[in-house]
Amino acid sequence: MTQEFAIEARGLIKDFDGVRAVDGVDLAVPVGAIYGVLGPNGAGKTTTLRMLLGIIDPDGGERRLLGHPAPLKMANKVGYLPEERGLYPAMPAREAIAFLGALRGLGLAEGRKRADRLLEEHGLGDVARRPIRTLSKGMAQTVQILGTIVHGPRLIVLDEPFSGLDALNQGRLEALIRAQVAAGATVLFSTHVIAHAERLCERIAIIVGGRVRFEGSVDDARGRMRPVVTLVTRRDEGGWRDALPASARRDGRSWSFELPAPGIEPLLARLIEGEAGIEALSIERPGLHEAFVDIVGTTVANEMDLPEAER
Amino acid sequence: MNPSLRAALVIARRDYVASVWSRAFVLFLIGPLIPIIFGLTFGSVGAKMQKVEPPVIAIIAPPAEGRALVEARLRVTRALGDVIPEFELIAPTADVRRQSAELLAKGGATAVLSGLPDAPVLSGSRQALWAHGSEVEWIAGEAWRHAALARAGLDRPAARVKQVPIAEATRLGTTDRAALARGSQLVLLFLTMILAGLLLSNLLEEKSNKVIEVLAAAVPVDAIFIGKLIAMLGMSLTGIAIWSAAGIAAIAAFAPGFAVNLAEPAVGWPVFVLLGVAYFIASYLLIGALFLGIGGQAGTVREVQTLSMPLTFGQLVVFGFASVTVDQPNGLPSILASIFPWSSPYAMIARGALRPELWPHLVAIGWHLVAVTAIIRISARMFRRSVLKSGGGKGFWRRLSRRSSRPA
Repeated sequence: MTQEFAIEARGLIKDFDGVRAVDGVDLAVPVGAIYGVLGPNGAGKTTTLRMLLGIIDPDGGERRLLGHPAPLKMANKVGYLPEERGLYPAMPAREAIAFLGALRGLGLAEGRKRADRLLEEHGLGDVARRPIRTLSKGMAQTVQILGTIVHGPRLIVLDEPFSGLDALNQGRLEALIRAQVAAGATVLFSTHVIAHAERLCERIAIIVGGRVRFEGSVDDARGRMRPVVTLVTRRDEGGWRDALPASARRDGRSWSFELPAPGIEPLLARLIEGEAGIEALSIERPGLHEAFVDIVGTTVANEMDLPEAER
Repeated sequence: MNPSLRAALVIARRDYVASVWSRAFVLFLIGPLIPIIFGLTFGSVGAKMQKVEPPVIAIIAPPAEGRALVEARLRVTRALGDVIPEFELIAPTADVRRQSAELLAKGGATAVLSGLPDAPVLSGSRQALWAHGSEVEWIAGEAWRHAALARAGLDRPAARVKQVPIAEATRLGTTDRAALARGSQLVLLFLTMILAGLLLSNLLEEKSNKVIEVLAAAVPVDAIFIGKLIAMLGMSLTGIAIWSAAGIAAIAAFAPGFAVNLAEPAVGWPVFVLLGVAYFIASYLLIGALFLGIGGQAGTVREVQTLSMPLTFGQLVVFGFASVTVDQPNGLPSILASIFPWSSPYAMIARGALRPELWPHLVAIGWHLVAVTAIIRISARMFRRSVLKSGGGKGFWRRLSRRSSRPA
């Protein structure tokens, strides 16, 4: 029987010292998908991932990882990059990758061979034998990411994988994630940067305050909102203005409003007839960011967009 | 191989290599040898400084009288050992008093006996007379009695005692075996104390460099604990092997008769050595698993340091409890000490020295295995509950210290 979901969770609950950190989370990550868990810091993303992986047990609810109710039993088929990266500082890079592979059932000799190849492919061939403590933070993080995939896992779970990487390395990581999925893996990652989820994910779950506020495809999220029309006219007044929806917002000579249900054509006819003087007219589908704001509210969305240092 | 055991060995390998392939390990190896080297160096210097000639008593007498005394001394030493100074026979000159004074002045004798057979005189320093006066008197009396019996044509009555060996006799040689039992308990305590303490801070490394999260996501916490125990046990056995080799070499060089002076343990030497290794491993794992569990709850080096003193005293109390075994190997306290997991290896090694039965050892080793497994299970569960649930920082000790540092 082919398995439909790499991860299934129903009603996951976790309390820490009497405070509910995760409150009934449901997730279903299809096999072969890139799945994003979005939410501000403290939303319960990491706790959810740790429960899914079996690092901690939930106080309520069920989980299945690669079809198994005891996640650690599937550990050899899973790769995990924790939010707080950790490697032994004295270990050479290739040994660190081989060690992470060996923890998940890969032979040490094979692990070293693959480590050399992976490091070479990612431009770190010349630091393969250098201890982790001598590497830059970005390099060490790349080493840990390579250690996460060295054993060829079927499911890769990455907790905030982009934080701490510069733009170049973020691009490389996106390419690596796509390559892993193309090779048959499923990727689940958490992020507080909406742009990464929008670029990479087919499906997302938005978690705020320990609850899933949205679960579905990125298109579904964006599809919750009508496309936005932006109109700029030469003339300010005219009978055509009656045709604009009541919710239209004006900013100088520019108007913006949701696309009316009958489409743009009736409005367009009125604009031409009324000689509004159309200087610009665009119909744009809302981005994930707008959808996110719509789902969680402006306060939470603003928190998400703050740079890391200001959090 | 079971995936968890395999992962435990991966962790053990990493820890072992990280510990043994380090400069600090050289110091670790030298550590216990320092007092020995120190002792040997200063011992030999001291021995040279205090070298004292053995006491000799010069006997100035005609050959017949002199020989009678030497033979009397021999009869005594044959039965009681070398308890009386050497006798040296010297032919008398014309001036015996002067001869005596010269002998004593030149250091040729500790004391001089002259005037035999009728008016014996012992001359020497006050100290020598105090030390050897009664000995010489007794030997002279023995020579006189012997001669008197011979003159009367009587044989010395010899009391014949028949010797019947009984294998089960417990008081036979028990003093030596008790010393061996106590000695082996002390060695076990010493090794466990200096080596198991390392496990108290063992998980701090993974907690501080965040590797614990990677390990816990890949491997059950029990397997992490087992891996760490195996690594530290391996490191300790490496150390013990090197120290033992150094010790054997030192004994061969400086005290070749040492082994001859040791009592034969009741189970025999080969089995006793095997039991020693087995009980060291058991004791190390039992205390190590507990230390790993307690240390795992600590968040900082300071907490570990604070914990180590009460735990050391705990070990001493357990050791004291186990030492009752030596007096009564089959008494109730001794059986209780053999059952209580942490005192059991000490109690059992003493039993090996004192009693010949082997089956209690098999039972004990099986019990140790069960106890170690249970301690690892409980420690791992505590670790998962109080450390992993919060990503570090909400452990029992942390909560305790936070509470105590809170302003009143």
